[in-house]
Amino acid sequence: MIFNKQVECLAPRALKDIQSKRLCRIVNYMQRKSPVYQKKFAQSRVILRKIKSINDIDHLPFTVKEDLRDTYPFGIFSAPMSDIREIHVSSGTTGNPTVVGYSKEDLDLWANVIARSLCCAGAVPGDMIQIAYGYGLFTGGLGLHYGSLLLGLTVIPCSSGQTKRQLKIMQDFRPRVLACTPSYALYMAETAGELGIDAKKSSWKIGIFGAEPWSEAMRQQIEKRWDLEAIDIYGLSEIIGPGVACECHCKNGLHVPWDVFYPEVIDPKTLKKAKPGIPGELVVTTLTKLGMPLIRYRTRDIVTINYEKCACGRTSPRISKVLGRTDDMIVVRGVNVFPTQIEEVLLNIEGAEPHYQIIVERHKGLDRLEVLVELKESFFSDEVKQLQNFEQRISKEIESVLSIGVKVRLVEPKSIERSEGKSKRIIDKRSL
Amino acid sequence: MKITQVSVFLENKKGRLFDAIRILGEKAVDIKTLTIAENKDFGVLRMIVDNPQKALEVLKSHDFVASITEIVAVEVDDHPGGLAKVLKVLDGNKINIEYMYAFVEKRADKAILVFRFDDLDKAIAVLNKNNIRVVGKKDIANF
Repeated sequence: MIFNKQVECLAPRALKDIQSKRLCRIVNYMQRKSPVYQKKFAQSRVILRKIKSINDIDHLPFTVKEDLRDTYPFGIFSAPMSDIREIHVSSGTTGNPTVVGYSKEDLDLWANVIARSLCCAGAVPGDMIQIAYGYGLFTGGLGLHYGSLLLGLTVIPCSSGQTKRQLKIMQDFRPRVLACTPSYALYMAETAGELGIDAKKSSWKIGIFGAEPWSEAMRQQIEKRWDLEAIDIYGLSEIIGPGVACECHCKNGLHVPWDVFYPEVIDPKTLKKAKPGIPGELVVTTLTKLGMPLIRYRTRDIVTINYEKCACGRTSPRISKVLGRTDDMIVVRGVNVFPTQIEEVLLNIEGAEPHYQIIVERHKGLDRLEVLVELKESFFSDEVKQLQNFEQRISKEIESVLSIGVKVRLVEPKSIERSEGKSKRIIDKRSL
Repeated sequence: MKITQVSVFLENKKGRLFDAIRILGEKAVDIKTLTIAENKDFGVLRMIVDNPQKALEVLKSHDFVASITEIVAVEVDDHPGGLAKVLKVLDGNKINIEYMYAFVEKRADKAILVFRFDDLDKAIAVLNKNNIRVVGKKDIANF
């Protein structure tokens, strides 16, 4: 089912008119309402009168996370506070958290794009959904909640955590749809195993997973363990939260509802448009948001984009799974390293759990990469040399992917911190 | 006659050995002997205990990676040449030792040699044939 067939299947040419009109309208709205953008537009010497088409978008300045932090808490909002109906906050690792505000219209938009995402994933009105994303300041829980209500699903607002209770609810209520982070889906599978619950017999047939990057191999593992269709949903609170893009049943890229969120992929160094198929940083412009519209927001997520029409009938472009983050990406001895590359390797090695941590250290001017990998119980040998061989095998596999040397260290199961939200994959001890 | 040894994976982290030994003590598992094989990153604790199944359960319930391995223990006189005599037999019969350790029996003037072989049954047959006493599970209680 396609939630809004008229828009989602519209020919790109017709859609372009809508995008162009909306872009003109939003930049003029922001010029009137937002002192931050007035300044930004002035500094970039953009002549707003000349912004007539969506093709003119590259004359507009970028927005970066620092713009939000510098105007903490509400400075980036275009709408007056009296028009803001909801606020969400995402934790930052440094400085002030990021605060986002939604007007009434923005909340409706949010529900709309999530309803589209849910349909993309295969949910239909009447389905029951177990939402195991955190509710509260995090956008995951409430975003899925609003969209599910709009689509006409029965919502079980579990929030994250209390894994045993999640599993009991699944067994007793038999919801067909699960929404949570992919790492939590795996964590629940582990717990199910410990409790003697046959995960393959679960009621979940569709899993909508997001809020952290995950690999194709991790998808296979989740699908195998739970016997469900694992669908990737993408979003970031600055744009709206989840619902910025979502896979359809083809699982060949995430559809971006580009009538409302206009995507560009740029080379993060030159800031020029990346060549098609070449990974670059995703940049998003919100074409209709009123509370906190953003122009050309640099997401820091690395993706590729594909404008070909999808087999599902939707005409929107599709972004790849997030390949990495411009800020999660670590450069070790000149090589770009993404945690997902290491995850992919581990998932393909029998005996290694996809729970890992990457430690980067600088020793006498040379960067060293150490990967902690949890040892799977069934793979334990009481012979040290066997375990050493296993370590070496993993490091060889990783080396063949990254083409730099790594040291692998086996650690006890469950010793790497599990998170019910995002996990801390990289510890960079270098003082750069 | 084979004896059951309990092996535990120990991450190279402060207090991990103590944790393992402490929980076994709390559950009244009697450790007859132990040895640790290690490299820079981790260790493998190998133990002969009075009740291997119980030890395994206790360790696993505390999230240790533990397993059970069959080993062969032989008894030799605790004097010079005791170990050499056994190794000579094994060498002569081309029995490959994966690892070994030894301890002294309290009540008798004997030493116990613990072996892990790639082919346990062949090793036992060779030892028996050469009149080297292979220790049974029942003997463990007396150590």
